[in-house]
Amino acid sequence: MSAAVTYIHEQLTAKKQHPKFKAGDNVTVNYKIIEGGKERIQGFRGDVLKIQGTGATSTFTVRKISDGVGVERVFPFLSPNVDSILLNKVGKVRRAKLFYLRERSGKSARIKEKRM
Amino acid sequence: MTSIFTPDGKQTSVTIIEAGPCVVTQVKTKETDGYSALQLAFGDKKEKHSVKAEINHFSKASTAPKKFVKEFRDYFQDKTIGETIGVEIFAEGEKVDVVGTTKGKGFQGVVKRHGFSGVGEASHGQHDRSRAPGSIGGSSYPARVFKGMRMGGRMGCDRVKLQGLKVVKIFPEKNYILVSGSVPGHIGSIVLIQK
Repeated sequence: MSAAVTYIHEQLTAKKQHPKFKAGDNVTVNYKIIEGGKERIQGFRGDVLKIQGTGATSTFTVRKISDGVGVERVFPFLSPNVDSILLNKVGKVRRAKLFYLRERSGKSARIKEKRM
Repeated sequence: MTSIFTPDGKQTSVTIIEAGPCVVTQVKTKETDGYSALQLAFGDKKEKHSVKAEINHFSKASTAPKKFVKEFRDYFQDKTIGETIGVEIFAEGEKVDVVGTTKGKGFQGVVKRHGFSGVGEASHGQHDRSRAPGSIGGSSYPARVFKGMRMGGRMGCDRVKLQGLKVVKIFPEKNYILVSGSVPGHIGSIVLIQK
């Protein structure tokens, strides 16, 4: 990354302390929703499918099953709308990108928990 | 390019342009040159890479030899030789045009170069036709191919002006200017910003 990109993100982007996690972990993302003039916080709990990108533009994808339907959301790490991230479970996986979970459902879509 | 967050939390893509400091190296006036213009120079280069004429020309403005020199007609006539112009002439929220040279793409076919859709289908006995240009004209009449017929060839390296880009942010201490979206050219290429 060039010096100019680093410089403008030092000036503009607020650094946030989030727990370290990787693909396969179960996280809850508390993000802000602005409805009308009001602001509230909603949680999105699911498994991390992938972590993508570097620096200030990096994102992560969280997948959950909601009413039997798979739902995925992409969050930028440094978005001001991401209030906090909670690490619920550390998963034991052998890949960095877990796209194979999209074809699976039920028992086979489970991720083994890593004993810490 | 990178992206920043607006105050309401939306992610927006921006390009960082280092716009200055540009040194005024010559002021042309109607009396002496027949037209009025301001010559601006940007980017230092070593004296050993410059010829004597360049060194002398830039020493008149008491500055090091520069890589890029550009003349702006009927522009900022109150500036004198040796003064610098930076990003402070732009304001946040203003619309600017950016001129640059696009990335070279080499020899490209008509599908990429002119947006043709190719000929025929993928199956039903066809092959090698999916990126073909099709007919390029009649046979015995006119017995030639018309000038300007769109065909494959060199693509890119064109001078392109993008109009109406928004100035998102300005950093006067580093002379950085952030414009919305992308600008023509590769990383590190030189562009012209017009108000």
